[in-house]
Amino acid sequence: MVRKQMAIDITADLDRRPIAKLVQEASRYESSVCFEYKDKKVNAKSIMGMMTFISIMNRATAAKDKIDVIIDGKDEQQAMGAIEEFFA
Amino acid sequence: MKTHYKDYSNLENDTKCGGGNMLNDTGMVPITRVIEKMKLENLTPDVKLDDIALTMPDINRPAVQLTGFLQDFANERMQVIGNVEQSYLNSQPDGIERMKKFLNLKIPCVVYCRNIEVDQEIIDAATEAGVPLLRTPNTTSAFMAEIIKWLNVELAPTMTIHGVLVDVYGEGLLITGESGIGKSEAALELIKRGHRLVSDDVVEIRKVSDDTLIGTSPEMTRHFIELRGIGIIDVKTLYGIESVKNTQQIDLVINLEDWDRDKEYDRMGIEEHYVNYLGNKVVCHNIPIRPGRNLAIICETAAINCRQKKMGYNAALELYNRAIANINKGKEEA
Repeated sequence: MVRKQMAIDITADLDRRPIAKLVQEASRYESSVCFEYKDKKVNAKSIMGMMTFISIMNRATAAKDKIDVIIDGKDEQQAMGAIEEFFA
Repeated sequence: MKTHYKDYSNLENDTKCGGGNMLNDTGMVPITRVIEKMKLENLTPDVKLDDIALTMPDINRPAVQLTGFLQDFANERMQVIGNVEQSYLNSQPDGIERMKKFLNLKIPCVVYCRNIEVDQEIIDAATEAGVPLLRTPNTTSAFMAEIIKWLNVELAPTMTIHGVLVDVYGEGLLITGESGIGKSEAALELIKRGHRLVSDDVVEIRKVSDDTLIGTSPEMTRHFIELRGIGIIDVKTLYGIESVKNTQQIDLVINLEDWDRDKEYDRMGIEEHYVNYLGNKVVCHNIPIRPGRNLAIICETAAINCRQKKMGYNAALELYNRAIANINKGKEEA
């Protein structure tokens, strides 16, 4: 399992890059991909999950929030690389 | 009867994130929500309510504390004053003083029942102490029963699960499984057959008692389904109000998985398999997926069968008993 904390303004970034793209990217890998913020954790392969996640984020006060990306499985390294690239 | 457990009760310590299951914080209820929900009258409009919240589903009737006995005083609870407390205070020469002292014990709020008249001096003292005084026309017992029931639901432990919740013949069916295995498709077909969708993909589970789990959807995605290749569809507008529901008790879990030749699937159904959510166990069926299996019919059958079992008839046991009876008969004749 790999876990990486990313300081990304997910709401602004996802305005430019549709959230569906991110879900698609995560779905390409066999590993489970989860986003965690505070104590909320969602499956990044699910568009409904990510929409819910975004709604939690919006409620948060700070624009720059640290999000944990947790990936677990055979191709976790590649998947983590892809997620990082997505937000680069 | 043998039981098989898949345990989700210790999720906090679970490093794997599997299907994205997680525990949410067991929260608190802001006092403003309590006032709104219980239609309480606020006698102290000058008290700032933003930071006040209830963290316990219990309440306290402070009769004993008003006499001055403070041992084991549960001051984090809502304090409810009824006729008895009020007449006691009225009978005491220092009643108002006692009440003022009570208001400074770091209590979240005081609720007066039966529209009891409250002395202006007490209202001023409460405002100064920052304790809201609320009032309801209800009788004390009725109010207590109502608020405890409501707070128990609001403060119940919750978690979020990756799955689909559908009401099938009145049974709450939670369909789980990996992304892309066909949960949403199964749900859609169930809806077309006249059943009701509660939530797709993200299900918020609430443990309201030791044997009841209630599922609902996050407000954000309520009544929407995501279908691969089509996108998001709004079930409520497409199929009407009869096809959706906001909350549903969870009676049965159906776990979809890829067909594995080497795995043994349940053939009789005599043994019950369980999953554990928030410490409550729920009957779980593992259903292998293969092209040509009609998932909706399987789900429907599982739901009615579950209901039949609840009503006291177990088909698997019945078949087993018949077989045993036959064997015994054969023995007698021999």
